Amino acid sequence: MTITDESRLQTATAPAIAADAEELARMRRRRAEKIGQWVLPALVVVLTIFAWDRIVVINEIPHYILPRPGLVASTLIEDWPILFQSLLVTLQITMGALAIAVLGGVGLAVLFTQSRWIEMSFFPYAVILQVTPIVSIAPLIFIYVDSKIAGLLICAWIVAFFPILSNTTLGLNSADHNLRDLFKVYGATRWQRLRFLQLPSALPYFLGGLRIAGGLSLIGAVVAEYVAGTGGIGSGLAFRILEAGYRLNIPRMFAALLLIALAGIVIFASLSFLSHMLLRKWHESAIKRET
Amino acid sequence: MTAQAALRSSAPAGERPGLLSMAHVDKVFGRDVVALRDMSLEVGQGDFISLLGPSGCGKSTALRLIAGLSHPTSGSIRWAQDRVDGDLSVVLQEPTLMPWATVAQNVWLPFRLHGRRFRAVRDEILEALKLVGLEKFQNAYPRELSGGMKMRVSIARALVTRPRLMLMDEPFAALDEITRFKLNNDILAMREKIGCTVIFVTHSVFESVFLSDRIVIMAARPGRVIRELRVDEPYPRGEAFRTSADYAAQCRAASEALKEAMGAHDDH
Repeated sequence: MTITDESRLQTATAPAIAADAEELARMRRRRAEKIGQWVLPALVVVLTIFAWDRIVVINEIPHYILPRPGLVASTLIEDWPILFQSLLVTLQITMGALAIAVLGGVGLAVLFTQSRWIEMSFFPYAVILQVTPIVSIAPLIFIYVDSKIAGLLICAWIVAFFPILSNTTLGLNSADHNLRDLFKVYGATRWQRLRFLQLPSALPYFLGGLRIAGGLSLIGAVVAEYVAGTGGIGSGLAFRILEAGYRLNIPRMFAALLLIALAGIVIFASLSFLSHMLLRKWHESAIKRET
Repeated sequence: MTAQAALRSSAPAGERPGLLSMAHVDKVFGRDVVALRDMSLEVGQGDFISLLGPSGCGKSTALRLIAGLSHPTSGSIRWAQDRVDGDLSVVLQEPTLMPWATVAQNVWLPFRLHGRRFRAVRDEILEALKLVGLEKFQNAYPRELSGGMKMRVSIARALVTRPRLMLMDEPFAALDEITRFKLNNDILAMREKIGCTVIFVTHSVFESVFLSDRIVIMAARPGRVIRELRVDEPYPRGEAFRTSADYAAQCRAASEALKEAMGAHDDH
């Protein structure tokens, strides 16, 4: 609250007030927590890598079973041209699928809220599509779809679109009913209600769905590449992993795996950032509380 | 005659030119829940009418019918002159603001829904915010405001189109007593300036006597009008009225009428 904030600010800057021991302890704790948030995970990673390296050395494990972390890193650098090309292909499929999932998910959600009949008729099919494992649908898709790229996109889309659809539908339907009444009193058209009330209400829900969908479309793209196999499109990261596996090139498998994991983290982080930027001014989820 | 002129002419309540008339309105929910039975009400231009009664007496239902949010089962609700955009506005029990929009954008809403651009109505928006004393907060978001301030924004949004009729559904019920007194004073001051007709739903005898010149007492099961009281104290009313013996007497009369309404179960 703006007014109380100002008064709190004044008391905070007033020098005469003695510091409260309990408050000081709380502030110290919070500062320590803030540092720990970054330092602890980093420490665990460093320790894990060190332990991994020691285990390989002490047990004399051959590099075609478990490579040392250093070897994975040098493979990543040496094979970078090939791996980077593959990463781009996988990312293209992932982003393409995510884009179509957003269009399809939001489009269907809007259609659903315009008519309960449409929602009742089609929602079960969306669920069926969601609960059927993609690996069991993918072979069929690659039989019927000639273009491998299109096939990969469809697979990744099937996995990614459901969270967007279900979250956006929920969001569109959860607009404040008092605001709905108000819009009605002011004679809002259906389009105005959608544009000015339902879509903004659905935004936090949609963004939640988008974060899940980002990770899922990467999974969808990788799984589809596996199913599509080595025939023809040997260029995505999943293919590199398969290929390296056949050749017992374990360091490269690890390097490719690392890239996929990093890609997933980057996708999640950037979608979280997008969500934060869009909601930070007004939505509870993005507002930092003082206590 | 405009609503403002009607207010200034200070014709006694009940003799002002008509604004809206409810005639023998029934509202039935489901198969047989009678929410409102045979309600008739002549609303004059410049009236400040309170609908006062216990829960379930149909006062909110009556307001929703007038707002056009639902339709009478039988009977009619007619405006004396044709209604145009912006003639009718509502203030609900909750401030009902859009959390993603700034204060000014929230107040813009009625205009926006009538296709007016923000820049074209900026002056009206600022004027309305000035009326409720929030012109400094035009760029704030609702979450930054206190409950009373949110309600002021809600009132500014209702005032911004200079409506002929403003419907208020227990707008201050959720506020603390001090804030409520202040907003009661303010709502009367605002009405002096823009001169609209108000229909005000409330649980509070004190609020209804302080604010209105006509108090319609309603009873529950089935919801219906029991009787109407007049409060002849001229506007503007202020703290002097709130502490006067006359006010106390009027409150007592309204309380007694309300008690009668609470006891009057119609068991047919």
